[in-house]
Amino acid sequence: MPEFQIKKTQKAYDVCIVGSGAGGGMAAYVLANAGIKVVLLEAGPLYDPAKNVTQLKWPWESPRRGASTPLRNFGDFDAAYGGWELEGEPYTHKNGTEFDWFRSRMVGGRTNHWGRISLRFGPKDFKHRSHDGLGDDWPIGYEDVAPFYDKVDKLVGVFGSIENLPNEPDGIFLPPPKPRLHELFIKEGAKKMNIPVIPSRLSILTKPINKDRGQCFYCSQCSRGCTVHADFSSSSVLVKPAIATGNVDIIPNAMVREVLTNDEGKATGVSFVNKDDKQEYSVTAKVVILAASACESARLMLNSKSSRHPNGLSNSSDVVGRYLHDSTGADMGGIIPKLIGRKRYNEDGVGGMHVYTPWWLDNKKLNFARGYHIEYYGGMGMPGYGFGFGMQGTNGKYPGRDGKVKDAGGYGASLKDDYRYFYGAGFGMSGRGEAIALRDNYCEIDPNTVDKYGIPVLRFHYKWSDHEINQAKHMKETFAEIIHNSGGVVTWGNDGTKENQYGLEAPGRIIHEVGTTRMGNDPKQSALNKYNQAHECKNLFVVDGGPFVSQADKNPTWTILALSMRASEYIIDELKKQNL
Amino acid sequence: MDRRKYLKTLAVGSVGAGVLLEACNTDKKPEATAAPAATELKYDRNAAEVIREAKLQAETFFDAHEMKTITVLADIIIPKDATSGSASEAGVPDFIAFIVKDMPRYQTPLRGGLKWLDLQCMNRFNADFASCTPAQQIELVDLIAYPEKAKPEHQQGVAFFNTMRDLTATGFFTSKMGITDLGYVGNQPNQWNGVPQDVLDQYGMKYDERTLEISVKFDA
Repeated sequence: MPEFQIKKTQKAYDVCIVGSGAGGGMAAYVLANAGIKVVLLEAGPLYDPAKNVTQLKWPWESPRRGASTPLRNFGDFDAAYGGWELEGEPYTHKNGTEFDWFRSRMVGGRTNHWGRISLRFGPKDFKHRSHDGLGDDWPIGYEDVAPFYDKVDKLVGVFGSIENLPNEPDGIFLPPPKPRLHELFIKEGAKKMNIPVIPSRLSILTKPINKDRGQCFYCSQCSRGCTVHADFSSSSVLVKPAIATGNVDIIPNAMVREVLTNDEGKATGVSFVNKDDKQEYSVTAKVVILAASACESARLMLNSKSSRHPNGLSNSSDVVGRYLHDSTGADMGGIIPKLIGRKRYNEDGVGGMHVYTPWWLDNKKLNFARGYHIEYYGGMGMPGYGFGFGMQGTNGKYPGRDGKVKDAGGYGASLKDDYRYFYGAGFGMSGRGEAIALRDNYCEIDPNTVDKYGIPVLRFHYKWSDHEINQAKHMKETFAEIIHNSGGVVTWGNDGTKENQYGLEAPGRIIHEVGTTRMGNDPKQSALNKYNQAHECKNLFVVDGGPFVSQADKNPTWTILALSMRASEYIIDELKKQNL
Repeated sequence: MDRRKYLKTLAVGSVGAGVLLEACNTDKKPEATAAPAATELKYDRNAAEVIREAKLQAETFFDAHEMKTITVLADIIIPKDATSGSASEAGVPDFIAFIVKDMPRYQTPLRGGLKWLDLQCMNRFNADFASCTPAQQIELVDLIAYPEKAKPEHQQGVAFFNTMRDLTATGFFTSKMGITDLGYVGNQPNQWNGVPQDVLDQYGMKYDERTLEISVKFDA
């Protein structure tokens, strides 16, 4: 017997799903509940925040006091395994350009630690080319997705407020929490500039919605995963109930190599390496759904070459991997001197901001094409690694309890008291905006490099255009003004120059990357049709961020969920008609 | 607070995310000679983390003299006062001993800084820092604890002391003693029903009618 062989799983499935994050979890949930036999492949281990607990742990329980590690980039208590670099799984860059790729290999993927910001795209977001001539329109409009947004709202749960804003569609909302103190200061400050500050829209249960999930108990730690499943993560809200139907076999630690196709060019299943036993496997299914994340799904398609698909699967258009775009990001923060020496009380609240600012301006009057929203943070959070850093930049600037300004830095009882005194006075804000999807921003297969499984890796090429750079400049100017009008003093982030692109984060850093397998009506210009179905391989679907034609000034998750649900219902229908 | 901002706002507000998030820190770790049994940590650790924690726990970086000096410095930075105990009583030296293994970028600045300190003391007082009298120790610390007043020739000492101040403060205020001292009262199940009325009154703030109407309500 040869030492290297490929084992075939004996069971035949209706549908094989690659990836268990927002898109894959939703597909598994919808299909399994329709009685369809599903195999769900996940490249990481099993995970359930009720069992894999970091919630309500204290900083001293971590020897590094919650600091990040190479294995958990957002902190020792954060729910996401992985980060910007994975051991043995490199990616490369072309022409010295930048793109940082965040990967979380675990059941539920990046939804385990995400910000729970759950915004619908608006009517304009699907038709931006018609408004400003840039990028492309989606082949679908808000009216096509709205019924699915409604269903996602009801299934998953989201709080918010009815605002009747033209491009920020209201949903079916649970009641929002009241603003925190610094958020009231921000609200007053922004009002002076006619900038709206409205209740945030987060998928956190302020009221129970079913008997399987608990209600928020206001610990502010959604990023750690919730033991009572009171926030949305795919692992607890979709994958768990999907498995409970008995129709889903989940295979963890399964790193998929490629989509297998037959002589007619149809998908027959996938091949994968099992990370536990290091053996090679294949699984067969009538339909293959990719939900491995925008870039990983593109990588799979590009690596799935055959005589019928010589340029990668369903890629004679050569658009797979192209039109990659992430949200823009820039930040600034400061101190509200009035809040120095403040009274203590528990203001943890929900995991994230209680108020935010949706895009409020008309781009026709600006030197950039698309908008951004503003996220706010601050207050009396739980100390962790990094608490108190840089006191020498603070305690020499503001009067102390005795009304006198002391020498910056110091030591001893007086310094010890400074940490108490300034605690809870800090606040900040981040802009998250829309970038233009460009054909020349892409990921492709690096011809020279493989990962430790022997799978060819991605090579990125990405450059911001002037639209994004000018948008970042506008963010910085706006933030400084909001901080000032809120009674604050800027202490960090006011360092934007033309040379540093006004503090615009490197592409990838906001972890909203989309567009690599975009949908469209023209098979020459798109990889998928309007049902997330590959133009050239009708039993292949992609349901992650890849199908997005354009990322709005929103967060992508709610739209990934709605489109995955829509595609899954289409698959059920087509399977019934024996069209796949 | 979302994952990105969580650590950022824990600092008093004077530093950005770069200092706090070690996201890109991929420095090579020193090889461990022997790995002890699986870590005793009482929170979620995946398979790769269990291996890494065990390796880190098995390593030693600072020697006994360095640890003694770190302990003296930490207690000068955060001494016992009427409210709470000292840095060493809160376990800060152990935290610093661990963090330099976890984040090797601290190793050379701290080891070199400790050496710099000892040499300064040898030249002035003919003794290493830890062996100096408390008055001599303070005389030296005063040269490096105030960045805006320090002499140019003491800049390396200032940089070292800034790092020691950061790590001592973080170690102290993330300990049980420090969090009690600080008065952080969260991290427990509760109901958020808005800013307490007396605090709103203090700042002349109030919730508008619409906010009160639409926000989540709790039974009294």
